[in-house]
Amino acid sequence: MDQSTLHIVLADDDPDDRMLFKEVIDETKVKTNLALFHDGQKLMDYLLETKNPLPQLIFLDLNMPIKNGLQCLKEIRGNALLKELTIAIYSTSSSECDIEETFINGANIYINKPNSFAKLKEAIEKVLQMNWQYHTSSLNKDNFLLRV
Amino acid sequence: MKLYVKFDFNITCKKVLEEQLEALGLDFTLKGMGEIELESPLQSAKRDALIAALERYGIRIISDEKSELVQRIKDAITEMIYLDEKAKLYKISTYLSDKLCYSYNHLSTVFSETTYTSIENFVILKKIDYAKTLLTENDLTLTEIAFRLNYSSVAHLSTQFKKTTGLTPSVFQKIIKKRKTHSQVE
Repeated sequence: MDQSTLHIVLADDDPDDRMLFKEVIDETKVKTNLALFHDGQKLMDYLLETKNPLPQLIFLDLNMPIKNGLQCLKEIRGNALLKELTIAIYSTSSSECDIEETFINGANIYINKPNSFAKLKEAIEKVLQMNWQYHTSSLNKDNFLLRV
Repeated sequence: MKLYVKFDFNITCKKVLEEQLEALGLDFTLKGMGEIELESPLQSAKRDALIAALERYGIRIISDEKSELVQRIKDAITEMIYLDEKAKLYKISTYLSDKLCYSYNHLSTVFSETTYTSIENFVILKKIDYAKTLLTENDLTLTEIAFRLNYSSVAHLSTQFKKTTGLTPSVFQKIIKKRKTHSQVE
């Protein structure tokens, strides 16, 4: 596996949010390879297709048609091959219940979709940075919780 | 039923290394975390065998100088936070440059170049990581943790925890507890 390129996927049904996310990722210093999906089912199909390389980081919107973010989260954590993947929830909801529920179900990161490009960039950079540290240093991944 | 276990990573890693090196019949001394001294140079066949044997445990041999130094810095920081009681009396910069025999400037430049972060930030990250373990596995109070990790006050630890994780220590503790019961139910 090429250590220097970070493989990221995002599942979000909103085309504007996907576009914005891609722009931000393209602007960060970290070398990345990004794949975008319209809904949770398409993401799961991709992850379960064994010939696809597994991403180091998954961004999940909570409200999506066909299969929502929480369902994906539970499926990924329940799958022996996928359960170690790092998962970031990327949602407009700032309800404490949503946040707690996703963390309890195994999410590592919870990002409140910020309302400006600059803030989104800041948030994504923090997430990539922290994720990088967890991949390269001996930090306890079971305790990897981050709220941005 | 489910069992919960606690790890002492130092011992775990040491044992794995010892067993694998012995299996290949190598003469060695383990010199602290992440450093192995071999009595004789490693032949390439043995080197490949060692790489393969260690890979199963997620252990890799570091080959370039910069990553090696970064690893030694990280190990020294870990040792300082987890093990060394006297280390608390030093400043990080003095501790690292004494221990690794490089100027702090050099260490700090190499570190930032390779890790996307500074030594200072890494120390915070590592301390908070330890605080999380103490909070969830040992059920220590924040006051005890602040003392053990050499914070000047509980408030300071609490602020740094919130800044690093986005969560307060108590919310963090609650979520991890619920996660454990949640996975037991399923």
